[in-house]
Formats: sequence, structure tokens, C-alpha cells
Amino acid sequence: MAKLTYAQAIRKVIQEEMQRDDKVFCMGEDCEKLGGVFGTTRDLYKEFGTDRIRNTPISESAIVGAAVGAASAGMRPIAELMYWDFAFVAADQIFNQMAKTRYVFGGNAKIPMVLRSQQGTGRGNAATHSQSLETIFMHIPGVKVACPSTPAEAAGLLRTAIRDDNPVCFFEHKALYITKGEVPDDPDFCIPFGKADIKREGTDVTIVTNLLYVSRALEAAEELAKEGISAEVIDPRTLVPFDYDTVEASVKKTGRLVVVHEAHKNCGWGAQVITEISNRAFRYLDAAPIHLGAKACPLPFNPGLEAAVIPSVKEIVDACKATLYR
Amino acid sequence: MIDKKTGLWIYNKMHEIRDFEETAWTLFTENKLRGSVHLYTGEEAVAASVCAQLTDEDLIASTHRGHGHCIGKGAELDRALAELMGKATGYCKGRSGSMHIADFTKGNLGANAIVGGGIPIATGGALALKMQNKPNVAVAFFGDGASNQGTFHESINMAAVWKLPCIYVVENNQFGMTVPVWQSTSVENISDRAAAYGIPGVTVDGNDVVAVYEAFAAAKERAIKGEGPTIIECKTYRWRGHWTGDPEVYRTREEVEDWKENRDPIKRFGEYLVKKKLATKKELEEIAAAAAKKMEEAVEFALNSPEPDPEHVMDDVFYEG
Repeated sequence: MAKLTYAQAIRKVIQEEMQRDDKVFCMGEDCEKLGGVFGTTRDLYKEFGTDRIRNTPISESAIVGAAVGAASAGMRPIAELMYWDFAFVAADQIFNQMAKTRYVFGGNAKIPMVLRSQQGTGRGNAATHSQSLETIFMHIPGVKVACPSTPAEAAGLLRTAIRDDNPVCFFEHKALYITKGEVPDDPDFCIPFGKADIKREGTDVTIVTNLLYVSRALEAAEELAKEGISAEVIDPRTLVPFDYDTVEASVKKTGRLVVVHEAHKNCGWGAQVITEISNRAFRYLDAAPIHLGAKACPLPFNPGLEAAVIPSVKEIVDACKATLYR
Repeated sequence: MIDKKTGLWIYNKMHEIRDFEETAWTLFTENKLRGSVHLYTGEEAVAASVCAQLTDEDLIASTHRGHGHCIGKGAELDRALAELMGKATGYCKGRSGSMHIADFTKGNLGANAIVGGGIPIATGGALALKMQNKPNVAVAFFGDGASNQGTFHESINMAAVWKLPCIYVVENNQFGMTVPVWQSTSVENISDRAAAYGIPGVTVDGNDVVAVYEAFAAAKERAIKGEGPTIIECKTYRWRGHWTGDPEVYRTREEVEDWKENRDPIKRFGEYLVKKKLATKKELEEIAAAAAKKMEEAVEFALNSPEPDPEHVMDDVFYEG
């Protein structure tokens, strides 16, 4: 085990996978000398050269499309967008091409590629650089969606993504890059997709959350514990595939469900989870499930305004108490 | 120069493509085909002349008007027609119809239903070829309409900066759906845009096999030498409407007839082969007859093929390994 930041964990896996397989390469804006805005490819060009750590023009459609083409022709690209918000610039290549290629070609194609980027609030990037967009990628069939919340998960999920023969959208959170944690040294350390992680065990209420909000839900759980309420915190880790079984088992134990995410609440992935769990475990629910997410408002610049749009720890605490009629 | 073997290959492919398109038209009018079907009749010289210079190791990405490129790149008429009819034996198991025929084993990275959608994909194919040190090329086929999409600019700039072995073949068939090129496009020749990327651009008569062949041969040589991409604009004309139900209110019957009578690429190339003593009239007639027979067999195959089983509708969304 080594103590690494989330960014260092990502860099370590990219490096090890590029050493392991010469078909793996990175392409993206500023990934070469700068090493990406958050240093996830820092200095890798020195080891692998600028063919495999490849700076691109600011051309998101061509970045994604060229990755699809290269993957079609036998490579295993890791394409990086600087912000997930920029996926809209490349929307056709992501949703109509990358996601659908295998199916529309009758299963006669494999598109082994990772599309990485970061998202979320916390750095004052305002409306077009702070969104949480993972739900949209869950809605369109054909891409897997991974959302690591710790350095170890960033490492284990990214390695699984790179070795997967399908397109994987890899959602990093900009506020998590500097967080530190133990990361296994094993160069084959993988975390399987579709396996949720119980971040804290509890008996009274189940909180399902991802990315930055895992730490906020754990804070809320601490607060609740002071009032004698035992919250279980579950991080699905991948939205596609989604581990409903773990959430279902938890809700059958607690009888209460709160889903919270930084993504907008309207049609956010939490709504899907509540629907599915309500269908699977309706008779076990002792209260209506509660869904928390960002308000239906673009993310504002001012820190106070930004905080007002996304759920607070207090709102999570209050929601959990509400399911207990307290 | 085109030798006898290549000439006959091209002549045969052009016939196969035309027979396929005209058969698709007939089947559509008989309600045996449905959906979006965009026919390539009249543009055969481009696909056949380019694909004659490609092996299975070379890559193409095609368009919504893609049957010609796919047949040129080795698609079988029977499985292609079965796909147009949505049959289980089709290239895409009946899931995709006309606009997504692909065969990676033949280097066909796929037709593409989005205008301009295939241009970055061909570019990525060329990137893979370069990174794998292969002596091959990728070809992006697209129309005049796609040359006004952002992907055209993004991809060609990227390929020029990286000196990728990619050849951008613009089939300027005069109309983006119903809008004439003069109304949508700021330049006289789309190849003029090559200057913006610092690469060669040529415009040729797209109904002249020899002109397309020679322009592509030069672009391919340049690409394989590592000198980067070329834009080849082939001016041509589609005999049918944009789609099978097009009322064609944007052009005159006389204009269409003029192209058919005086600039038919198959007739022109047949005359060239005879004049150059590369083929006899009898050989050409035999090729045409064989293509027609192959097409009849393809129709039989497609009509008699089973419908896909809805039980398998969810297969292949993901590779399960």
C-alpha cells in the first residue's frame, strides 16, 4: 500500500497500463508537458513519448471521434476531455457514435476506450465548468459509467475501465484530486464494475451517494450518530452497471432511503434508484424515499451562491431524520 | 495507369453498386424495403476507383449514402440487401437498415447515419495505422453537406498536424438533401479548403474513373510516405433523390436526364476500356450479366431470410467477453 492522492492514483494506473500494453495511449488537451490540468499524466510523455501521450487540438469532436476510430482499428485509447461540460461539444461522437457502434454494427465491433474527465463544484468554475453530468451518460445505452470517490477506487476502477472492451466514461471530481488515501501496489488491482461499496454500516437509514458527496454523506452520518441515528452509506461506484442488489438489501434492513448527488435533482440518477428500489422493496419502506440533488439552476460562480444550489450536509441530515419522522 | 485487371474490377464493382441501388429502389417502391434509404446511383465511379486501390488492411468510414463504399470495400450483396430489409442475416442482424453497414474484417469502419459523423472516425483509424507503423491508409468518404460540419474542420486540421495517412474524399453531388451547394457552401471548389490546413486539395470529375483513380493514387502515395492527408473533391451527381421518397422539387427533370444521358460513369468507363483495348464489348457484357445475376441471387437470399428474433434485441449493447 502507498498513500497517494486521487490524481496520483490515476497517473499510476495510466503509467502501469501503458507499460503493460503498448496499444494503450492517451490523447487530450494539454496532457503532454502540463500533464493535464490536474497532473494525471504528469511527466508520462518523458517515459512514453509524445506519440502515446498525445497533445490534441482543442477539438472535442475530433478527440472523441478519433478515439472511436483508433479503438475500431485495434488501439485502446484513453481520451481526455478537460471538463465533462465539454462533452456537449462532442455530443454526436459520444452518444451517436461511441455508444452505439457495437450494437448498430450487429455486435461485429469492439470499442475498447476510456473517455476521462472531471466535473463538479468547488473551484469557482461557474455554469459551464461545474456541472455534474453522469446521469446523462447513464441514460444513453452503450457506455459504462464509473465514478470513483477515493484514490483506491480511482485506481481500481480506472484499471478495470482500461482493460474493458467497451467504451467507459470515467467521471473524476475536481475537488477529489488532492484527497489522499491508501492505494494497493498490485499492478493488477482492479475493482469490478457493478459492485457497490458500503462506506459505513448502519441500521436506521440508507444513504446512496457518489463522488464528492460520499464524504458529505459520511459527515452527515457522523452528525446523525450524535443523535443516536445509525446511517448506512453506500457508494454504487459505477452507475452503469448499477448494483441495485446492495441498495435493496440495505433498504430491506433499514426501511429508509435517501439518495443524494451533486448532479441536478430533476431526472437525476437518484430518481432512477428510488424507482427501482421502491419496486423491489416497497413493503419494506417505512417512509417515502427522499431525493436530494442540485437545484434546477445553472451553477453560479460566487461560493455562497454555488453552495446554495447544491445539497448541504445539514440537508442530508434533515432528510435522514425526516424518513425517521424526527 | 489502370491496368486490365484493375479496370475490369472497377467496371464490375460499378455494375454491382448500380444493380444494388436500382434493386433497392424497386424493392422500396414495392414496399419490401422501408426506412431511410439513400441511393448512390450515378456516383459509382468514386467508390469503385478508390476502393480498387485499397486492401482489407486499409480503412474506410462511410456515410448515410454508403452502399457503394461498402460494396467497394467488400460487402457481400446478399448480406447487405438482407440488412436493408431488416433481416437476421443482414450485416447488422437487422438492427440498422441502410445506414450502418460495417465489416471490420474488411477494413470497413462503417457507414454512418450522421452527416459528418464518420470523418473523425476515419481520422482515428489513420492514427491507429500510423501508431502501428502499418503501410496503409484510411479514407473518409463524405458529401458536400458534411464539408460544412465542424467535424470536417476538426478532423482535417488534426490529421494535417499529425501527418496522418488519411484521405478525405468529398463526393460533391451538388445537393445537401435539397439545398444546392451554391446556397450552402462559401467556396467554388470544396478542395479549396485544403489551403486552410496546409495540405493538397484537388477537384476532379467524379464521373471519370481515370481522374478519380489517379488523384487517389497520388494522395495514397503521399499518405504512405508520411506526408499527411489530402482532400479530393469528386464532382458528381446523384440520379435519384436524396431519399427514396424525395419529391425532387429542387431540380429539373431535364438536368437529371442530362447527367444520365451524357455523363453516366459506367458507360464512360466502358467506352474507355474498349478504346484502350483493356476489354472487349463482349467481356463488358459478360461482367454486367454476371453482376445482374449476383443481384438476383441476393434478392432471393434477402427475401427468404428470417426476421430477427426479438428475444435477442438486447444482445450486443455491450461486449460481454
